[in-house]
Amino acid sequence: MMDFLEEPIPGVGTYDDFNTIDWVREKSRDRDRHREITNKSKESTWALIHSVSDAFSGWLLMLLIGLLSGSLAGLIDISAHWMTDLKEGICTEGFWFNHEHCCWNSDHVTFEDRDKCPEWNSWSQLIISTDEGAFAYIVNYFMYVLWALLFAFLAVSLVKVFAPYACGSGIPEIKTILSGFIIRGYLGKWTLIIKTITLVLAVSSGLSLGKEGPLVHVACCCGNILCHCFNKYRKNEAKRREVLSAAAAAGVSVAFGAPIGGVLFSLEEVSYYFPLKTLWRSFFAALVAAFTLRSINPFGNSRLVLFYVEFHTPWHLWELVPFILLGIFGGLWGALFIRTNIAWCRKRKTTQLGKYPVVEVLVVTAITAILAFPNEYTRMSTSELISELFNDCGLLDSSKLCDYENRFNTSKGGELPDRPAGVGVYSAMWQLALTLILKIVITIFTFGMKIPSGLFIPSMAVGAIAGRLLGVGMEQLAYYHHDWAIFNSWCSQGADCITPGLYAMVGAAACLGGVTRMTVSLVVIMFELTGGLEYIVPLMAAAMTSKWVADALGREGIYDAHIRLNGYPFLEAKEEFAHKTLAMDVMKPRRNDPLLTVLTQDSMTVEDVETIISETTYSGFPVVVSRESQRLVGFVLRRDLIISIENARKKQDGVVSTSIIYFTEHSPPMPPYTPPTLKLRNILDLSPFTVTDLTPMEIVVDIFRKLGLRQCLVTHNGRLLGIITKKDVLKHIAQMANQDPDSILFN
Amino acid sequence: MATLWGGFLRLGSLLSLSCLALSVLLLVQLSDAAKNFEDVRCKCICPPYKDNSGHIYNKNISQKDCDCLHVVDPMPVRGPDVEAYCLRCECKYEERSSVTIKVTIIIYLSILGLLLLYMVYLTLVEPILKRRLFGHSQLIQSDDDVGDHQPFANAHDVLARSRGRANVLNKVEYAQQRWKLQVQEQRKSVFDRHVVLS
Repeated sequence: MMDFLEEPIPGVGTYDDFNTIDWVREKSRDRDRHREITNKSKESTWALIHSVSDAFSGWLLMLLIGLLSGSLAGLIDISAHWMTDLKEGICTEGFWFNHEHCCWNSDHVTFEDRDKCPEWNSWSQLIISTDEGAFAYIVNYFMYVLWALLFAFLAVSLVKVFAPYACGSGIPEIKTILSGFIIRGYLGKWTLIIKTITLVLAVSSGLSLGKEGPLVHVACCCGNILCHCFNKYRKNEAKRREVLSAAAAAGVSVAFGAPIGGVLFSLEEVSYYFPLKTLWRSFFAALVAAFTLRSINPFGNSRLVLFYVEFHTPWHLWELVPFILLGIFGGLWGALFIRTNIAWCRKRKTTQLGKYPVVEVLVVTAITAILAFPNEYTRMSTSELISELFNDCGLLDSSKLCDYENRFNTSKGGELPDRPAGVGVYSAMWQLALTLILKIVITIFTFGMKIPSGLFIPSMAVGAIAGRLLGVGMEQLAYYHHDWAIFNSWCSQGADCITPGLYAMVGAAACLGGVTRMTVSLVVIMFELTGGLEYIVPLMAAAMTSKWVADALGREGIYDAHIRLNGYPFLEAKEEFAHKTLAMDVMKPRRNDPLLTVLTQDSMTVEDVETIISETTYSGFPVVVSRESQRLVGFVLRRDLIISIENARKKQDGVVSTSIIYFTEHSPPMPPYTPPTLKLRNILDLSPFTVTDLTPMEIVVDIFRKLGLRQCLVTHNGRLLGIITKKDVLKHIAQMANQDPDSILFN
Repeated sequence: MATLWGGFLRLGSLLSLSCLALSVLLLVQLSDAAKNFEDVRCKCICPPYKDNSGHIYNKNISQKDCDCLHVVDPMPVRGPDVEAYCLRCECKYEERSSVTIKVTIIIYLSILGLLLLYMVYLTLVEPILKRRLFGHSQLIQSDDDVGDHQPFANAHDVLARSRGRANVLNKVEYAQQRWKLQVQEQRKSVFDRHVVLS
């Protein structure tokens, strides 16, 4: 395909920013390289060692990615935990301890008030030396809002000054990058540093966002940076994307403590091409990352996630009805959230709102903090809220949600029967309902702001609250009406039938599935969180129901919707193209356009080519034998032409504007006293893909998807007729789906 | 020459990254080995029983001794009541690493502090300095769109990067200027034109 006899000019074979890579070329380059190494390895011991280390380098890279991602996740977890509590007070024993760790060794913790200890001072205690009274409450309120605003301001300023690419979730852009797009700097070291630091600040400021999506971005940055140490991955964009898929799996693995779920997430949501070899390597990277995080032990007791669930109480078949109800709720909420969030983001993109990102962040933070402080369930961090909602109430739990009336004599083997709710539970229900409304509304405005923001934790929180409310309702219904037909068969008095914690978990899975439209990966992540297979059926029922309901209301998940909003050239791999158009309906030039710009194989001068390049913006040109015959020779890329001509003018003797450029093997016969010719055969792609003009577009779209093409030439009776680029295909699909074809940006 | 430099740089960065990874693991092992006596505890929660109110007991004790009899001290009930009292108590063994927490928070705060200082320098101090030293030549002038208006100028850029630079200070300044241009481009795409990451 390419001529490797000459030394390649540096820069040839690389890509411009915001362009798509040529998958076929990259893959064939890698095969050539591998073949060369294997052939050479038979010659000397050094070459043999080189070939072994080349094969081993992939695994070493995965190990390094896992270590780095795990360490960064540990740093983020510990710092976020500390900074969240910094809004409420500080530890006198050592300022680096958060509330829980400050009171860890204290002897003064009482049974009734398990949160207070003298080592932990709230801000009102530090400023006005008392914690009681209205003035202390106001001081605490004021300091809470002040800290929240400070953190948010620091986050948005750092993003704006150092790395504007660090904002947002990152997953839509990573999806696009993995499908072959180039965004330079998106996975660079400054983006990594700023994303890590500002993620902690954003999470600590009390905003309704999570850190799972940004952790995937952080892990992919680690993967990209570490690729630069290995020649095999640095020079080849296709191999690098395999590594990025594995890094994305490691990112989800440390976010949820779910290695298998991480690999499946990478397979289902993020990656475009996922060869089988990548599956095993991703698993290795995810495991190493999870192991590293476990060693750092951010949450104590070797747990990887704050809301790890430890109960195993059984569920009954009749409970599938409320689980499916939760699935429907999740689907409805998902569709609503996607529609409103996209509308708000579009407003941000097109109107004046987008010109004041710092002010927007500060206003949203102020509103969130002011509304969140009075209610204890919004004041605590969202991960802690989820952890409390997933918790199954034991006899000795002191939280308000577990304030049941204990009207029984004995407890059999640690299992508590269903109990009537006490006063605490009723007031907790009211507060949770208000929390639900606040979270549903504020997350719409938070996701997509110019700070790192994720979406998993807020959706899980919404679902968990809805689930817990339903679960407590069911529990009380079963207690007070245990003689009804539905409860009679399986829920006798004094038995432990209903576990509200399970309902919360199923609700969380349903809402997350409704927003992201994940299927297998969601169920696997949730069951890895619970550590058991008992709850697979309820989780699957809820996830499937929520996906069906959400799909009925809106076609795309949140990440695909954001890809479409931004106009990235992402060719959706999951949908079928069902229209009967032909290749000649889509190809350029259209009927009234000027003819296709081609280069001839040996009759154009350097000046002609330079004129064509400066007058047009096409990213490549077909090369034909002659303008009359229009018989195809190959395809040459614009960037390679520019670099080669520039290089030739500097380095080769005698090349001037009237020199002839030839793409053939041997120079054309030239009369004497003409300037020397310029051979550019080594940048010519001698096997471009062609289809005939009557090929159905179904097949053309399939070819683009499966092979990852950038452009495809169209011939008629053997003569070159036109060209179809990926952008044309995307515009055509958009047109067929009645969307605005002009929204597809980029080349 | 440049390729040799590049090779050395890459080898150096690979070695330093491996060292970083190993040191992280070592730190983790160290914090495991030099386990602070106060970093393990057994926490027993005992509910109210007869006349005694509920109480929480903490003791820095190993995992095999983590039960009611070792931890609840002084025992509030006598004789046969002890067993009934202890049956109601829930004892859990927990451990943490305060060294890890301290080191992590200090690392994070120092990186944050450095970044804030650099940000203040870039936004406030540097323009003042530049205004004072007016007339000092700047390496890269062009401020407008580095698009494809001059395709051959961009090619010159690509080729120039592959050649080595003689002066180290020049190289640092050149790298910083290039980084600033990149960030400016990114800022334009994200904040002004709303083309990426809307």
